[in-house]
Amino acid sequence: MAMLEVNDLHVYYGVIHALRGISFKVDRGEVIALIGANGAGKTTTLQTITGLLPAKQGSVIFEGKDITKIPAHKIVKMGIAHVPEGRRVFSQLSVYDNLKLGAFTRNDKTEIEESLNMVYQRFPRLMERKDQRAGTLSGGEQQMLAMGRALMSKPRLIVMDEPSMGLSPIFVNEIFDIIKVVSESGTTVLLVEQNANKALSIADRAYVMETGEITMEGAAEDLLHDEAVQKAYLGE
Amino acid sequence: MSFLTYLKDGISLGSVYAIIALGYTMVYGIAKMLNFAHGDVIMVGAYVVLMLLTKAGVPGILAVLIAMAVCTVLGITIEKVAYRPLRKASSPLAVLITAIGVSYLLQNIALLLFGADGKTFVDVIKLPSLSFGDGALIISGTTIVTILACIIIMVCLTLFVNKTRQGHAMQAVSEDKDAAQLMGVNVNGTISLTFAIGSALAAIAGVLLCSAYPIVTPYTGAMPGIKAFVAAVFGGIGSIPGAMIGGILLGVIEILSKAYISSQVADAIVFGVLIVVLLVKPTGLFGRNIQEKV
Repeated sequence: MAMLEVNDLHVYYGVIHALRGISFKVDRGEVIALIGANGAGKTTTLQTITGLLPAKQGSVIFEGKDITKIPAHKIVKMGIAHVPEGRRVFSQLSVYDNLKLGAFTRNDKTEIEESLNMVYQRFPRLMERKDQRAGTLSGGEQQMLAMGRALMSKPRLIVMDEPSMGLSPIFVNEIFDIIKVVSESGTTVLLVEQNANKALSIADRAYVMETGEITMEGAAEDLLHDEAVQKAYLGE
Repeated sequence: MSFLTYLKDGISLGSVYAIIALGYTMVYGIAKMLNFAHGDVIMVGAYVVLMLLTKAGVPGILAVLIAMAVCTVLGITIEKVAYRPLRKASSPLAVLITAIGVSYLLQNIALLLFGADGKTFVDVIKLPSLSFGDGALIISGTTIVTILACIIIMVCLTLFVNKTRQGHAMQAVSEDKDAAQLMGVNVNGTISLTFAIGSALAAIAGVLLCSAYPIVTPYTGAMPGIKAFVAAVFGGIGSIPGAMIGGILLGVIEILSKAYISSQVADAIVFGVLIVVLLVKPTGLFGRNIQEKV
């Protein structure tokens, strides 16, 4: 059984039909990339999975449970963390308080402390800046904070929306290295990326989205060498 | 009367404004709306205490606690019934107009129940006065309780917002509702909690206000409500210390204007000060000028 199953999902923004019946699945331990142009519906897909947007039709099944109608604040506790587009860190709160909020649904103090140490180990920069207001961090550091904050909920599935957007090439590489580490430590990853090249290089499988529909799917390696994909998304 | 006496009266009145302003500012900070019915919750609190004391013979402290509970339920209900359905309305004016409507609704219900005549408030705070310099400055028990209540409330709220898990959740909701939900924070629950705290504080403010100016009418809360709103804007809306300092400054300016300039134009001076502050510093005294890196 797949860990996450999206079946015939339809989502509307007012009268705009943003998702036109998409279906895909994510197996435990995989890194799945969702690629496509701006406005294809990638962010909408993630937001519907984590409950920020309501589905008009279709279902989202996570670990065998139908979570389509479950509100966003209850999804985290079920094991899905969402790193939103544009990082969305709480700029007025300290780095430390941001991370503590990531563990909002957890109660065991010693376990939270363990997760905190794990995050600091993975992102030493966050440790150095733990008392600083999140709004004063650089874009790359904020991205690390957004990822660290998501990891604080100890998710089994982490969905990430454009983690490399607006970052310098050095940070982009660093962020993708971390995604690999997160995956290797046993967390399943669903990744939305404009940087299709990078995304396909670390993903196991990928789906290509176009105007609210999935138009192609396959092993990441195959898509990376597919002529149509190269032409449309890899800029070659 | 001496300057010190006026100053003391100003600080005392200002403390009441500050407590009301805290409710305004917290609700604005979290729900991003101006709850113009907040002042009228004060009036409800005052009537509840008055009725409990005169009709039911309930002891003072218990009456205040019951009034806080009643106002808490009232605040949560108003938010749920009147404001929540409009939270996603395309124009923020919808909820503002509704708040004004709720304000008139509360005033008219009070008018229906208690009539337009002012009712004399009873002594709830029975503490002896303090006298300094052979009676040159007398501080009443009510004044002492009012100022102490203001300080205690401000310290507790600051600790709550900055040090507790729920307080951090509030700040998260205030900044970014969607991101807060992704952390597992129940946004509706957090907004309800904010209204609950603000309304309980309004009940306390009602008792303190009517202890100092002991007449209750259906419009008792209206003007202090508006002034507390001014205080909140003056201090920087959304800021807890801002509401406190703004409230006290406003009270002092009002009383000193009444004493040394003219009691007719005192309110005009109060609002004039607000206009000047906003012209010089549009975010208020403690308002945040957020500069974020992208």
